[in-house]
Amino acid sequence: MAARKHILPGFKFSLGYTLVYLSIIVLIPFSGLFLKAFAGGWQNVISVMLEPRAVASYYVSFGISFAAALVNGVFGVLAAWVLARYRFPGRRILDAIVDLPFALPTAVAGIALTAIYAKNGPIGSVLAPFGIQVAYTQLGIFVALTFIGLPFVVRTVQPVIQDLAVEVEEAAATLGANRFQTFWRIILPALIPSILTGIALAFGRAVGEFGSVIFISGNLPFRTEITPWLITVKLEQYDYTGAAALGFVMLVAAFLILLLTNGLQAWDQRRKGIA
Amino acid sequence: MAGVVSSLPVKASIPRRATTEPLWVKIVLISALVVFFGLFLVFPLFIVFKEALSKGMGVFLKTFEDSATAHAVWLTLIVAAIAVPLNTAFGIAAAWCVTRFQFFGRSLLISLIDLPLWVSPVVAGLIYVMTFGAQGWAGPWLKEHGIQVIFATPGLVLATVFVTFPFVARSLIPLMQAQGHKEEEAAMTLGANGWHILWRVTLPKIKWGLIYGIILCNARAMGEFGAVSVVSGHIRNKTNTMPLHIEILYNEYQFAAAFAVASVLSILALVSLAVKTYAEWKTDQQLREASDI
Repeated sequence: MAARKHILPGFKFSLGYTLVYLSIIVLIPFSGLFLKAFAGGWQNVISVMLEPRAVASYYVSFGISFAAALVNGVFGVLAAWVLARYRFPGRRILDAIVDLPFALPTAVAGIALTAIYAKNGPIGSVLAPFGIQVAYTQLGIFVALTFIGLPFVVRTVQPVIQDLAVEVEEAAATLGANRFQTFWRIILPALIPSILTGIALAFGRAVGEFGSVIFISGNLPFRTEITPWLITVKLEQYDYTGAAALGFVMLVAAFLILLLTNGLQAWDQRRKGIA
Repeated sequence: MAGVVSSLPVKASIPRRATTEPLWVKIVLISALVVFFGLFLVFPLFIVFKEALSKGMGVFLKTFEDSATAHAVWLTLIVAAIAVPLNTAFGIAAAWCVTRFQFFGRSLLISLIDLPLWVSPVVAGLIYVMTFGAQGWAGPWLKEHGIQVIFATPGLVLATVFVTFPFVARSLIPLMQAQGHKEEEAAMTLGANGWHILWRVTLPKIKWGLIYGIILCNARAMGEFGAVSVVSGHIRNKTNTMPLHIEILYNEYQFAAAFAVASVLSILALVSLAVKTYAEWKTDQQLREASDI
């Protein structure tokens, strides 16, 4: 068995190359962040973490990211369903457009969304008479985070819809279920793990997002300031330990979201195994 | 089959197919999606080009004659030209060792490859500032030897490499996993050495997946904002890439110029999407061929 593992050549070389590369790019620099964050001890990290301005930024970053991810859950499933199940002219183009937020540089998305939703912009000017202000408010951050998160839900759910066994739906129809019942009772439960995975992915991306948010948010402390922006503010004030401490908080959050997503994916795999 | 079905006494109220929605539901859903995508995804793209040309073609072209803009374009190309090949080589090596061999820590390695997708770009830039910057632990040593990483091109390259290294590996791993390695083993029994196998057998097999990964990697490398923003220091004519230059122009209220630079990056994004769609289609084809064998 041990001999069978390495039939093909290049194991040592490719693994060695991968590990050296990851060490230089990831592991060594991460050590720099940890050293800096804890240079002033645990107490310092915790006191920076609990500064009122930092706490306010968590509410903005995590709260709005969560709301945006949920909305993406709804629209993402709709998009995935239509793209996976229906055949109509232009479907391929719509399918390609899904990835636009992923391909478009975040700074470009940021200034474009700001131009659209500003008070004098094409959509902002329509909403302004109703007293709805989007740009430079939390609503603006929500719009930007929904924009960048959409592909994650669609691309996670779409393949699962494609792989659904039509026989199950046929069986439901034979047993007298109408289409809505079939969707609600049969299809949706099968999609739930992938929908939750997609939402978690969109949430993870939104929490760390920077470029598309900072133009439309206005970056008002306590109101529309996201945590990544606060890190850059601290850097500009030469508060390196503070920036490192907040960076550490963001890393821990990212790690927790990663664990959650892996758990969801494992659940999805298990359910598929049973089916 | 269709003839058999229609000859049965079917009541008109029963839908012809039980596993799809009525036509009106389909039309409503498709229309909703078209409107949503149009307003939410395509409209921002349209605005970029509209604003870029709002002061006429003359202003648009003049933007790129400006030395700071020209330098930003140049620097973006340089950074991508270093980062993308590095990450391509890494992606092939990582995919090779992860899909061809079983070893302790393999799944941890796969998670590590995904890491940049989870880390905020700001934090990605921050780790390099904290390591190679004047305040970082390697900073004093680097300064002694006259090497500047932060607020200079090496820092921009490092940050870009970090943010974009998963893309090639991630597009290759599922493809190489699905294709298996029978052909490689056959080549080996015929006496080919490792490099021969890589060049003559594996690379042709994964060609479209590789192109797909490189395209994504390049699109992100040229468009990266958060990570490079932290390490660049925004020195005009020195460390400003195109996305950073957009920010400066925008904050100086030079909107037409900012959108002009943005429009170039948007065209890059559109071309990337087109190539990506084509490469995806080709990869699907290859996968289907692989599963037929």
